[in-house]
Amino acid sequence: MILVDTLRTAVRALGTNKLRTSLTMLGIVIGVGAVIALIAAGRGAQKGVTDKVRGLGSNLIFVRPAQTSQAGVQNVLATSLTSADGDALNNPQQFPQIVGVTSQSAAATQAIANGVNVSTTLTAADPNYPAVRNFLPAVGRFVDYQDGSTNALVTVLGATVATELFGDAQSAMGQTVRLAFAGGEIGFNFRVVGVMQTLGSSSSTNQDDQVFVPLTTLQSRIRFLRNPLGQTNVQQITIKVNKSSQLGSTKTAVTQLLLQRHNGAQDFTVQTQDDLLSAANDVSRTLTLLLAAIAGISLVVGGIGIMNIMLVSVTERTREIGIRKAVGARRGDILLQFVVEALIVTVAGGVIGIVTGILAARLASGQNFGGSTPVQTVVTPVSIVAAFGVSAAIGLFFGIYPAFRASRLDPIEALRTE
Amino acid sequence: MIRLRGISKIYRAGDVAVPALLDVDLDIEDGEFLAIMGPSGSGKSTLMNILGCLDRPTRGTYELDGHFVHTMSDDHLARVRNRRIGFVFQSFNLLPRLPAIDQVELPLIYRGARNRRRLAIRALEAVGVADRMQHRPTQLSGGQQQRVAIARALVTNPTMIMADEPTGALDTKTSGDVMRTFDQLNRERNITIVFVTHEPEVAAYTRRIIHIRDGRITDDSPPGQTAPAATPRQAVDWAPLPPDTAPA
Repeated sequence: MILVDTLRTAVRALGTNKLRTSLTMLGIVIGVGAVIALIAAGRGAQKGVTDKVRGLGSNLIFVRPAQTSQAGVQNVLATSLTSADGDALNNPQQFPQIVGVTSQSAAATQAIANGVNVSTTLTAADPNYPAVRNFLPAVGRFVDYQDGSTNALVTVLGATVATELFGDAQSAMGQTVRLAFAGGEIGFNFRVVGVMQTLGSSSSTNQDDQVFVPLTTLQSRIRFLRNPLGQTNVQQITIKVNKSSQLGSTKTAVTQLLLQRHNGAQDFTVQTQDDLLSAANDVSRTLTLLLAAIAGISLVVGGIGIMNIMLVSVTERTREIGIRKAVGARRGDILLQFVVEALIVTVAGGVIGIVTGILAARLASGQNFGGSTPVQTVVTPVSIVAAFGVSAAIGLFFGIYPAFRASRLDPIEALRTE
Repeated sequence: MIRLRGISKIYRAGDVAVPALLDVDLDIEDGEFLAIMGPSGSGKSTLMNILGCLDRPTRGTYELDGHFVHTMSDDHLARVRNRRIGFVFQSFNLLPRLPAIDQVELPLIYRGARNRRRLAIRALEAVGVADRMQHRPTQLSGGQQQRVAIARALVTNPTMIMADEPTGALDTKTSGDVMRTFDQLNRERNITIVFVTHEPEVAAYTRRIIHIRDGRITDDSPPGQTAPAATPRQAVDWAPLPPDTAPA
């Protein structure tokens, strides 16, 4: 029997019971659609994290103090990393591949001006920050070395903060902002010398929502940022290297130097952007797998529906099978006919499911669903091909047993059936 | 040409062996037109199924056109049915919802034949329902349905047509039409036609009647003088052959 005839016969058989065929197909459509959409959501989350890490700049190494805790409470400020560590790394003779080093600390703060009070993040940074992070002021300037040496009370506002306090970047210039800490108990008035460029809200952490002050200002004026030895701590040292191929070797060199400086105590972590990415990707890959597994269950349920309907169909069409056998259909012909019927349902359901899944992913993309960050979805070709393959495999797997039953029917018995 | 030797069919119901056929010897030459008659439970349907290669005997040899059918696999039997045997059933056994032309094409599809449409049209013409070829079974009368079924049996140009009570569901007039069609096919194309029937007036169209009872052939003779158009002409050769010798 030629395949074209088999296909035609199968399509005709499926067409005689359209409602049943479409309901069976719906199971596969939902399964495949769910797989596509949920994998897209997982991939989107992955991309969001990747974008975030990439948005920090390029060819970066991050040095952070190892997390310490006292009596089970994480002690953010009791850190081991100092700005002297940063200065030691900023040594072109020893590390020619390092093109920039910046030290920074951060704290939660209230920015108050014009009677408006906003919660934001205070980032205390040295003048190298814009170059290393590739994040420049749009208006005015960033904090400079003179600010640093004089512990000047100057601030550079993130674009969001500037807009919230003063309406726009231009009118923020030269204004005074009070930055208050510890619930308002400590506060200083800062003069605005610059407003940063807008990075956009594509990445999930908003880098526009922060204010910058000179690192030394924070260290000198806010006493609790010092450690018991009187050194001025930093929460992160960011190192920019020339080429991404140098990240690994630089990471090793930086670790060695810092170990030396810390008398062999591994009280810090050194991570490249790739390290951050792979850590984040591990999480989102698990998430994607979990979502795919849930969707896969519905696909399997759809497959069981196929098997169920095919078994009913074989029973109903016993006489037809008998007639076909009487006029010369071999076992293989009958087997093929029913397998092809199951395959058509699943493959057609798969195609519709793929389209549905892509549409669902498109629709969901950019929606908040009540959360703070918009959902990102990424439909990958791999997931489409895989979903298609899986739906065909399900048709084969769940179709073959009913088809086998059909092919084994005794023609005499089959013809006797009413 | 058909040669049955010592054919038995024994069904097992639990521990009890129920013989449906016992030691049947039967020769049917090409171009015969014969009826198998017998009460229900006599084994005539079993004999029919074995002759039609739908079933295999428990014992005995069945030689069809020089091939030993009793040793064949299911798929091989399917091929023999496809190429050498056409079936006509009491209840027509047309596929639901399929137009007549597609019904007739069905055996050709399983044969993988070319020119299917042309052959199918020719078969429908031969039984006089070519004008109904796009009609579905529900749109056809019983007689027309049976003619489509005959066309389906005919389309592969078989050496033999097996008909199981082909007029059982038809009125007398239509029965006569259908029987005349069989008679015509037998005369014009030399197709062997084997009937199972319990209607003597239908059997009367044939030229040889086999009576079967309790799984044995009890009588094998031409129909009586009352049969119209019955001219006993087939001399049956009863010379027994060794079961294993197959003509080349």
